[in-house]
Amino acid sequence: MSQDHDYYAQGSEPTTGTVYMPMGGDWVDIEQEQAERGDETLVINMGPQHPATHGVLRLILETEGETVKSVRPGIGFLHTGIEKNMEFRNWAQGSTFVTRMDYVAPLFNEVAYCLSVERLLGIEDQIPERATQIRVLMMELNRISNHLVAIGTTGNELGATSVMMAGFREREMILDFFEAVSGLRMNHAYVRPGGVAVDLPENGISQLRDLIAWLEKHLPELALLIKENPIFKGRTVNVGVQDLSACMAMGVTGPILRSAGYAWDLRKTQPYCGYDTYDFDVPVENTADCYGRYLVRYNEMWESLKIVKQVADRLEQSIGQPVMYTDAKISSPADLRVGPDGQGNSHEHIKHIMGESMEALIHHFKVVTEGFRVPVGQAYVPIESPKGELGCHVVSDGGTRPYRAHMRDPGFNHLQSVPLQCEGGMISDVIMALASIDPVMGGVDR
Amino acid sequence: MSDEKLPGEEKTIDGDVVPNTASAPAAGLEREDVEPSPPVTRSGMWSEGSPDTSGYGGIVREYLPVQSSARPLDDANERVLARLESLVDGAIARVLYDRNELTIFVPREKLAEVVRALRDDAHLRFEGCMSVSGVHYPTDAGAELHVVYHLLSYTHNRRVRLEVTAPDADPHIPSVVPTYPAADWHERETWDMFGVIFDGHPALTRILMPDDWVGHPQRKDYPLGGIPVEYKGAVVPPPDQRREYR
Repeated sequence: MSQDHDYYAQGSEPTTGTVYMPMGGDWVDIEQEQAERGDETLVINMGPQHPATHGVLRLILETEGETVKSVRPGIGFLHTGIEKNMEFRNWAQGSTFVTRMDYVAPLFNEVAYCLSVERLLGIEDQIPERATQIRVLMMELNRISNHLVAIGTTGNELGATSVMMAGFREREMILDFFEAVSGLRMNHAYVRPGGVAVDLPENGISQLRDLIAWLEKHLPELALLIKENPIFKGRTVNVGVQDLSACMAMGVTGPILRSAGYAWDLRKTQPYCGYDTYDFDVPVENTADCYGRYLVRYNEMWESLKIVKQVADRLEQSIGQPVMYTDAKISSPADLRVGPDGQGNSHEHIKHIMGESMEALIHHFKVVTEGFRVPVGQAYVPIESPKGELGCHVVSDGGTRPYRAHMRDPGFNHLQSVPLQCEGGMISDVIMALASIDPVMGGVDR
Repeated sequence: MSDEKLPGEEKTIDGDVVPNTASAPAAGLEREDVEPSPPVTRSGMWSEGSPDTSGYGGIVREYLPVQSSARPLDDANERVLARLESLVDGAIARVLYDRNELTIFVPREKLAEVVRALRDDAHLRFEGCMSVSGVHYPTDAGAELHVVYHLLSYTHNRRVRLEVTAPDADPHIPSVVPTYPAADWHERETWDMFGVIFDGHPALTRILMPDDWVGHPQRKDYPLGGIPVEYKGAVVPPPDQRREYR
C-alpha cells in the first residue's frame, strides 16, 4: 500500500492524503502502519446493519481514538416509495399505506393522513364524536407503546436487556388491545377518512379498564429499573446535548424540544381531535440531554394514561353512536366486524349484497373500486406524534386518488441533528444520542 | 352527474371545481409564468388506453390547477401579507386562502429574501420550516415544478404555506437552508424525488435513492414500476397500468 496514494483523486485532482483500503492485508500490518504514522483518524462505517441503529441507518463516523470528529448520517435504505404508491391507489386505501411508514406509531400516521383528507373534503367538523374519541384513545395508547419501545431500546443499547424486556412486555399488552379492536397488532389501517373502520368490540371498555390497571401497575418498573440507576445516568446525563436554540434552528419538536425546556405540544398549542377538552399536562425538562428526554417520555406515558382514562369514561357514555361519517358516498358500506380470526367481514352485509339487493351490491362495488372524489386543493395537517410534529401534506386534483401525499416525519427531520449532538463526544455517546432521538426508519425513509 | 341526458350526448361533471372568476387575483401582482392557466380538461371515465365499456366515455371534467383568493383576506392573514409586502418588494405573486390555510405564492427570485423576512421580523417570526415537499404538475405549463414550504411561528402560533414554482426546463429554486437549517434534508429529498435544483444548498445530493440512481421517481412522468403477476392463469397488470377511475 503506497503511503501517499489517494484512490479517490481522479486525474489532476489534488490528493488529500493516504486512503487506506480494508482489503489486501492483515489487520496487524494496517495497525502497525497506522501506528507509525501517528495519525489517529479512523473512518468507521456504523450500519446499515448495526444493532444500535434502530433499523437500517448508516452513520459514517470520523474518529480520533474514542472521540467522534464528525458524523454523517446516511438514510434511504428502507425507502419503499410509499408516497409514490399512494398516488396509484384511492383515497381510502391511503390509510393502509401510511400506517406502514412509522410502524412503531402507526395510528398517528393514519390520523394525520385522515385529518388532512377530511380537511380537503371539508368534513372536519362532521366527524362523529365517538370516532374522534376512539381516535384519541388509540393515539394515546399508541403513544405509550411508542415510548415503551423508545425507553426499552435505550436500555437495550446500553446492555440492559431487562429494560427492553419490561418495555416490550407492556407494549405487547397494548398491542393485544389494538388487536382486539382493529384485528391487527400493527399496520392497522384502522383510522379511515371519515372515522374509524369498526367500533370497539362489546367487551372493549372492560378490556381497556384491565389494560389501564395493568399499565398502572407495571409502568413504574421502567422507572425503578433505570431512573436512578448510576450506569444509566452515567451514560445519559449531559450526553447528546441539544439546547433550545439548536432545537429551534433544526426544527426539532417532540420530546427533544421539551427536554430543552419548551412546553411546545401541538395537542395544547394547536389542538385537534378535541384534545383541548382533556385534562393533561405537558412534561418538560431543562437538561436538554438524553436523560431529560427519557424523563419527558416516561412522564408523558402517565399523562397519556390520564387521557386514556378520561376517554374511557366518555366512550362509556357514547356507546351506540356512529363511528363513521354518515355519507354513503364516502364511508365504506361493508359494516366491518372483527371476527375471531381477525378478518373483518360482516355476514349480514355479505348476505345483503349477494342475495338481497342488487343496488346495494352496485353501491358496494362503486365505493370499493372507485372510491370517492376529493375536491381540488391541498392541506397540511400536523399532529403531535410521540416523536414530534407529524405532518401530512396532501394534494388533490379532484380525482379519486391523491395527486400527491407527503409525510413530514419527525424522525426524518430529527436525524439531521445527530452531528450536532454527537460531534466532539465519545463513540459510545453516539449510540445514546441516537436512541434518545428515537428514529424509526420506516418513517424516515418512507 | 347529469344522467337525464341521452346516451351519446356529451355529459359533464363540473360540480367539484368551478373556476372562480370572482376571486381572480388582484391585477398587477402576478409574474408572467404564474398567469392563471386555462382549466385542465379530462374526458372519459377511465384512464387513457383502456377500453371503456361503461357508457361514460363522454364525460368531460375540468379543473383549474391555478387558484387564488381575492385580497383583502381576513384581518389576521391580511396583516401577515401586508407586513411581508412592506418588507420585501414584490414578495407575493398571489395568495390562496383555502380551508383555513394560507398559501403565499412567492416568485422564486424573491424566495431567499422572503423567508429571511418571515423568520426575522418581529411581527412575522416564522421560526421553523417544518416541511418542504415538491409537487409535479405536468399540465401547468411554465411552472411544472412546485415546491411547498410549511412554516411555523412558535411565537404567534400560526402557520403559513409558501409555494414556489419553476419550469421543467429550468428547475432552479434558491435554497432556504441559509435561513432554515432544518430544510437541509427536506430539500435534498425534493431534489431526489423531483429534480428541483436548490441553488445555494450546501450539499445537494440524493438522500433516499441510491447515489447513482437515474431519474426522479416522484415526478408524474416517472412510472411506478412493477411487474405483471400471474395467479391461477389470470394476469394482474402492475398498479400503474391498470384501468383506473379518474
